[in-house]
Amino acid sequence: MRAVRLSVVTAAATAAALAAVTGCTEKSDAGSGDAIQVTAADSKCETSSKSVPAGQVTLNIENKGSKATEVEILFPDDRIVSEKENIGPGTKYTLTAEVKAGSYEIACRPGMKGLGVRQKLAVTGGTVAKRDPRLDKAVAAYREYAQEQADATIPKVETFANAIKAGDIEAAKQAYAPSRFGWESTEPIAESFGDIDPKTDTRVNDLEKGQKWTGWHALEKALWVDKKVGAEQKTLADELVTDLKDWQKRVGKAEITPTSMANGAKELLDEVATGKVTGEEDRYSHTDLSDFKGNVEGAQKSYELLKPVAQQNDKALTTELDKQFSALNTLLEKYRTDKTSDGFVSYDKVTKDQRKELSDAVNALAEPLSKLAAVVVK
Amino acid sequence: MTNDTTQAAGGPSPSRRSLIGWGGAGLALGAAAAGGAVAMTRTGNDVDPAGAETGAAVAFHGAHQAGIATPVQDRLHFASFDVKTDDRAEFVQMLKDWTAAARRMTAGHAVGEGAYGGLAEAPPDDTGEALGLKPSRLTLTIGFGPSLFEKYGEKFGLTGQRPEALVDLPPFPGDNLEKSRSDGDLCVQACADDPQVAVHAIRNLARIGFGKVAVRWSQLGFGKTSSTTPDAQTPRNLMGFKDGTRNIAGTEPDRLKKFVWVGEGEGPAWMTGGSYLVARRIRMNIETWDRTSLQEQEDVFGRDKGEGAPVGKAKERDEPFLKAMKPDAHVRLAHPDSNDGVTLLRRGYSFTDGTDGLGRLEAGLFFLAYQRDVRKGFIPVQRSLARSDALNEYIQHVSSAVFAVPPGVLDKDDWWGRALFSKEA
Repeated sequence: MRAVRLSVVTAAATAAALAAVTGCTEKSDAGSGDAIQVTAADSKCETSSKSVPAGQVTLNIENKGSKATEVEILFPDDRIVSEKENIGPGTKYTLTAEVKAGSYEIACRPGMKGLGVRQKLAVTGGTVAKRDPRLDKAVAAYREYAQEQADATIPKVETFANAIKAGDIEAAKQAYAPSRFGWESTEPIAESFGDIDPKTDTRVNDLEKGQKWTGWHALEKALWVDKKVGAEQKTLADELVTDLKDWQKRVGKAEITPTSMANGAKELLDEVATGKVTGEEDRYSHTDLSDFKGNVEGAQKSYELLKPVAQQNDKALTTELDKQFSALNTLLEKYRTDKTSDGFVSYDKVTKDQRKELSDAVNALAEPLSKLAAVVVK
Repeated sequence: MTNDTTQAAGGPSPSRRSLIGWGGAGLALGAAAAGGAVAMTRTGNDVDPAGAETGAAVAFHGAHQAGIATPVQDRLHFASFDVKTDDRAEFVQMLKDWTAAARRMTAGHAVGEGAYGGLAEAPPDDTGEALGLKPSRLTLTIGFGPSLFEKYGEKFGLTGQRPEALVDLPPFPGDNLEKSRSDGDLCVQACADDPQVAVHAIRNLARIGFGKVAVRWSQLGFGKTSSTTPDAQTPRNLMGFKDGTRNIAGTEPDRLKKFVWVGEGEGPAWMTGGSYLVARRIRMNIETWDRTSLQEQEDVFGRDKGEGAPVGKAKERDEPFLKAMKPDAHVRLAHPDSNDGVTLLRRGYSFTDGTDGLGRLEAGLFFLAYQRDVRKGFIPVQRSLARSDALNEYIQHVSSAVFAVPPGVLDKDDWWGRALFSKEA
């Protein structure tokens, strides 16, 4: 796992283009008469308007303070709608975001830390710029998929937990990888909640000082390395079930947009590239290829749902993505232990050359996949 | 400019040069369409040694590829690639995309639409780390390996196109080659005076290549060990010696023609004006070398350590008297007079890749040599050296590759490998 913030609303953070002639002229205001002027300083955050109509909201930010600052639009629960980090002293920036009706806050965070100075922002009216109905359909279908994955995971994780509670190490080992599959296939959603992932999917080297190690990987180590389960592991198993039921309940409320789906697909490939190909994710059980498959399957699901629009906007890209998804899946299939099971070869048996081949196939897919978001919102 | 991240300047295709306000006079090339004139240090075959002293751009277009006779830059990033596609059209498109990117980067421009200012939802075309840096005499030189013809000959329509001179190198005594960092279907040599410019170039080409090619191995070189400018001192290798003082210079058209460029009718037509590249990663046993007495070090090379003069002579470029040297001295064995006149254009770089895990430097020479025919160049010389060279006690060849380096890209419509891949050519 890695802390990834799923961007929840289509946010077009555009750096103001400058006149090319001198290379140093500042651009005039972003143009829109409805733009909110945000004047940030070391201890204040002034906004020219407290209420704007729903839809495209533009912030013309100027940092008059002495420190670099960060400006955010926040949901009432502090979830970030859109943000711009590292706005240097004396510089301007235009932040735009698509915002639905509701109560928000604008936060200026001088020095880019702390809660910052806040201003209320009411977004009124009900109309958001109308989105392609095919994209609305894609979002709805993706939410349904994510919910199915979560629903299917609960009995599997209960099987895993029950085996641990019964002290049956072999049965627990068998149930470990399958209990993770649904989570892995929709991981960006789980990570967008922020608080669940650190409890369920933290690896030992990701722990902060004083943080208790809980979740799948703590149990993985107990099963494969310590080869024993005691009272502590039984408690961890129960907590894992509880935390995942929390996840299951919250999937339906996750903010999902076409952009976040496309970026989520790319992030799943990032997970593969940084965690699975290296064998870091499941370093004790070596079940990395099962997680790998879960990540790819989830990425492909997002892509397939966005494909009708993406194909219309950039046929060459979807042709390439079809080809590379197929190539990676074909390669992964070679590592199935047998055709009927969902098990994969233990990753410590995968040679350096084979890992290189897998890594090349991941790069071949991830590079064009990184272009999907821009093509979908075109 | 106060802050690149908040105030994009220069439109979508910023020139590194324009950002730093470097004002060189020069001719406008095809690349200048993007908004900047390019200072030329080289046109066609003519080399301007003065170009060696500036951070200017080296012309990308010419009869021969730049990066061979060009005055040697300080830094190297060399990459070897495996082909990952069976689709000829896709591979050819990548060669065209690479050429376009190389044309921009060697002129000091960012790749594609630039590193910032584009769509917020898309990753930028250029990776950005060379913004604000000078062109730094970046040259990018492509080569095709024997395996390209063997593995993809039929799929890519290259049957019968493998030059006879592109031989698989025979095993030499003392070789201890690592397969995973030897060979390759194609290669790109990036040389520049700024290491970040060279690394940026390979990184961006690798990125464009994903799905079509994959990096097989790569090597960084931090210091040049050869000079192709006759007035410059020969740089020292990590053993502290000057080696290859009579290297072929960019200003010696006769020797270039005789020893480096492939002539018309020598092998397939697509190689006319090209050359052959041998790359060898030569690990040095640095610590044992350092414990060797000065007398033995000088005997091993056949030169004095201070000036670099051959045994009994005063200056590094004095003509050596070979018989004054020990029979196994490196200079004596490598000298053209001991090899029927054979001379290689050497363009190697010192490397250090940290330590070897045993507390010793993982360091040596990344040997690069260009020649008209490998069979009459590197192979006979290395046979002789591998058999007898006193230096062998302190070095080991750990990787090896050979590539056919096609002729230059002529103009803005031309592309790397066109003569090989284009039916009409």
